[in-house]
Amino acid sequence: MQIELQQIHKHFGKAHVLKGIDLKVDAGSIHGLVGENGAGKSTLMKILTGYLSRSGGRILLDGEEVECETPAAAAALGIGMLYQEPQDFPPLTVLDNFIVGRDTHPDNHRGRQQARLQNLADQVHFNLDGEAQLEQLTVGERQQLEFLRLLGRDARLLILDEPTTGISDRQKERLFAALHQIRDQGRTILLVSHKLEEVVALCDRVTILRHGEVSGEESAPFHIPRLLALMFDQSPATDAKPQRRAPGDALLWLRNLSASGERTGLHDCNCTIHQGEVVGLAGLSGSGQGLFLRLAAALVQPTAGEVEFHGRSLNRRDHRTMRRLGGCFLPANRLEEGLIAGFTLVDHFTLALRCSRREARAAAERAIDKFRIRGTPDSTADSLSGGNQQRLLLSLIPTGANMVLLENPTRGLDVESAGWVWRYLRKHYAGQGAIVFSSAELDEILAVADRVLVFFDGRVVRDLPMDRVDYQDVAAAMTGN
Amino acid sequence: MPNLRQHLTDTLLILAIVLAFTALLLAIVGASPIEAFGHLFKGSFGSWSKFSRVLNVWIPLTLCSLGLLYAFRSGLWNIGVEGQMVLGAIGAAGVLRWGVDSGNPLLMLTLALLAGMLLAALWALLAGWLKTRGGVHEIFAGLGLNFVSMGIILWLIFGPWKRPGIASMSGTEPFPAALWFPTLEGWRVSPFALALTVLAIIITARVLNHSRFGLNLKAVGHNPRAVSLYGLSPQFYLLIGIIISGALAGLAGGLQVSGIYHRLIPAISSGYGYLGLLVVMLANFRLLPIPFIALFFAALNVGSIQLPMMMQLDSSLSGVIQGACVLSALLVFGLRKLKRGRNP
Amino acid sequence: MSDLSLTILLASVLATAAPLIIAALGETITEKVGVINLSLDGSLLLAAMVAFMVAYESGSFTLGFGAAALTGAVIALMIGVFGIYLGQLQVAVGFALTLMCKDLAYFLGNPYSRLQGPQLVAQPIPGLADLPFFGPLLFQQPLVVHLSLLLIPLVWWYFYRTGRGLELRAVGENPEAAYTRGIDPRRKQLFYTLVGGALVGIAGAAFSLGIKPGWGRPQGIEGLGWIALAIVIFGGWHPLKVALGALLFAFLQVVGITLQSLWPSVPAQVFQVAPFPLMILALLLVNLLQREGVQQWLRHRPGLALLVRQLQGRPPRALGQSFRPD
Repeated sequence: MQIELQQIHKHFGKAHVLKGIDLKVDAGSIHGLVGENGAGKSTLMKILTGYLSRSGGRILLDGEEVECETPAAAAALGIGMLYQEPQDFPPLTVLDNFIVGRDTHPDNHRGRQQARLQNLADQVHFNLDGEAQLEQLTVGERQQLEFLRLLGRDARLLILDEPTTGISDRQKERLFAALHQIRDQGRTILLVSHKLEEVVALCDRVTILRHGEVSGEESAPFHIPRLLALMFDQSPATDAKPQRRAPGDALLWLRNLSASGERTGLHDCNCTIHQGEVVGLAGLSGSGQGLFLRLAAALVQPTAGEVEFHGRSLNRRDHRTMRRLGGCFLPANRLEEGLIAGFTLVDHFTLALRCSRREARAAAERAIDKFRIRGTPDSTADSLSGGNQQRLLLSLIPTGANMVLLENPTRGLDVESAGWVWRYLRKHYAGQGAIVFSSAELDEILAVADRVLVFFDGRVVRDLPMDRVDYQDVAAAMTGN
Repeated sequence: MPNLRQHLTDTLLILAIVLAFTALLLAIVGASPIEAFGHLFKGSFGSWSKFSRVLNVWIPLTLCSLGLLYAFRSGLWNIGVEGQMVLGAIGAAGVLRWGVDSGNPLLMLTLALLAGMLLAALWALLAGWLKTRGGVHEIFAGLGLNFVSMGIILWLIFGPWKRPGIASMSGTEPFPAALWFPTLEGWRVSPFALALTVLAIIITARVLNHSRFGLNLKAVGHNPRAVSLYGLSPQFYLLIGIIISGALAGLAGGLQVSGIYHRLIPAISSGYGYLGLLVVMLANFRLLPIPFIALFFAALNVGSIQLPMMMQLDSSLSGVIQGACVLSALLVFGLRKLKRGRNP
Repeated sequence: MSDLSLTILLASVLATAAPLIIAALGETITEKVGVINLSLDGSLLLAAMVAFMVAYESGSFTLGFGAAALTGAVIALMIGVFGIYLGQLQVAVGFALTLMCKDLAYFLGNPYSRLQGPQLVAQPIPGLADLPFFGPLLFQQPLVVHLSLLLIPLVWWYFYRTGRGLELRAVGENPEAAYTRGIDPRRKQLFYTLVGGALVGIAGAAFSLGIKPGWGRPQGIEGLGWIALAIVIFGGWHPLKVALGALLFAFLQVVGITLQSLWPSVPAQVFQVAPFPLMILALLLVNLLQREGVQQWLRHRPGLALLVRQLQGRPPRALGQSFRPD
């Protein structure tokens, strides 16, 4: 199927996110769509699948104009999408998840459907148990299941949105092999990614988006520096890592710590964080890093072991004490866990500084200035963009903090903002205390941290100072090798 | 001021819907809507004595609604306010029974109201504790406790506190006049109770909208997960919110005992707790409209007493109108939300 | 206790439970698709009144039950439109409806108060009614009892053995994902909310035309709607367990009446409110069993753990939240 998008526009409230996108994808090809976070890739794809409505523009399939108003309509046209976050039903079984939906074979015979699932899985060498509960599967396996559903419903156009986030190298290899296989069957694939090496390895052609516009189009073989130049306003400066200092006194001890939660829980974790350290937590998403940070912040009750901060034992979910002693935690889900939607900047500062509203207003004004937050003291947190929400959270860190715990601090930030965030954090907090952060990007961890903890399946499997880190080794450890 | 105009249009729209619905209902049962509305109005605003009766309903209804506002701010549906009012009445009645011969009525009345507030606050705390510690949804905890409080008050009236001779639904032995909540000569509503209610409104406005405690309470209601990061304990604020809620309902119950009925009767709460929930919903969870809506609802309650006598209609018409008000408000607010969503 | 009185006891448990089972299963359907219909206490009453009124005027049970089902569905329609399409809090709409429907029932039902009206009587089924034990238990009962008992496997089969039932559960878990798969979650939610509401209406009719015949103020079923709502939670949103909860509650109610006559010294009020603290305790128990500490303790006691796992249920993930595309 050949796809043509003409002058697609999208407004979210006042924000103009897509500014007239033209895109043409040849039948039987793998077409890449790249761009930094927030460039509009996902939005464009959700319009193509009918999940979002478009503010303007035309969609043509094989030269004929179509309406894709709902996912049902798009599915009927043969368009299928693998969403970045799996769109499935964890409490149901794998087979139930395979069957449910109006976009697929209307056959409820479980035996026949089980056979279809098995058949499809065999074709692309996946291995799934139909009777298992979906919530017991890894993200990668859940994605495999959705991929099989798309194959099974004979989608002629498959859209894959960041399909390699949170999956193991082995799962990635299988996925890529399957993609080549179905491309050769004559189907069309649109691959959305910000990981250039994957795009280069897979795609026939690539379209680059920047700030909601098409900034270029390239054919294989690709030249990576050229793609980078089209993606970013300026090619991202690799952060020169400051001189590594000798770690100071121990600040935080985690002893034989176990807890349940996330997907894997955390098992028997031992670790000491020293003053002056910047510690990166590497691992596939949901391998225990989030739990580690929340335990360290005394937000989660451990099932065994203890947390000690500045010589005080913090086992009773006592984030208040943690905070008083200089601890601070910034969650990845900013609006869900960190900020209060509907509260203004002044409100947030009143809460955080426990001060009068006049003082809070002054603090908010200073923060807007210093952190270049695009908003006013009376803007509500939910009206800020993701990057500005992160800046607000950073500005709420108390100046005397000596243990800054960050969960995916640069998620959703473009490279420039991410660089600014790291320079700021290093300057203000790495000297007087320690920074512990998790990140989905191994590259970021290697670029920023001076010590790496590698998580796999709820356990810390490596604890290495940066001078002993080997990329291949860490990548292998993350996937359990 | 487009904001004011919008509020006005909304209010008129809601009233129009309610009026049309009620008229239709009256037409169905074959009654004249004009006559019925006339009786409702005359029955509530027709004379000073009737209006005093309205004010006597307005006092507990406003107090319950104010209390509910605290619980709503922290994100709790304190449906148990009805039972908390009953416990407040029981607490006050208990002290007054004990202090019948004390010779210091003012002290006893003060103690009675305080005891009512304390008992009601503890009853509310139980619902809050079931929610925060036991994971029982506050709607079910509150509701269950309401029924339990009904059981307790009936048991007291028919058991340990029964009238000498025969126990009956008419309640306990009335208290001597010295232990009645003070009022002025010729007033059918106590100006002191009115003043107390107005004071509660002013304090609530101050606390909820202009204090850090109010901001913290609201933060917990908006995002209980995030507030821990600011060193606030969501459970603490949930409990404090519901305790204040209960204490205000307890005050309402205590005033019913000491100022209106001068004894404990089974229907001491008169459903004002549940009605208070409707008041707060119609006020869209804001403080300012509450006294006015409470006055309107109180007038409906008092006015509808005329209906069975004058028109052979059930007095529950007032409840139907009150419910219709809230539903049409939800409709109008909902449509406005929808419209805002469509054209930002 | 002799065989005969045991049979009578169990038969009266089945009869008492019938409307509760129907109402609780109706609410289970509604909640399983992700919508809370909190109005049960009011809609049961209004439907009971309408059923009595229509059956009294027309002399037809079918019309009475039909009108009650329609009443329940109309109330559910308001929950659906306000909650699902207008994005209002479903709990708020439900609570306002609870109070209003109750007063509406008293207001409109006033002329029908304390009238001698039609009443469903037990219909012995020829041949089966004379069976020992099962005869009096099952085949000398009013039709609503059979309806309630048939509904239990029917709802279970629909939920877990049909494609539409799978869609229903999927929408209740994750409406966004259902939407990406070509299902219109809001239409599904509205439809099953109507179905659930209609069942609640039928339950109301089962009271006023059968189990608690007649109409009056008070009707004597006030509060049972809340019990039905609690039973759904207690039953973990699983039709079989919900029905079991309703039967258990009916059993306690019947036994309570017997006990009351055994201990005349205990005031009647204590027995009347007894179900409600029991409801709180049951909900507390269900929640405490999910605690980490308890779970760990259970890990060493596999037999008990199995029992607890059967007791536990998780609410549909999207319960009470309204889905809006785009």
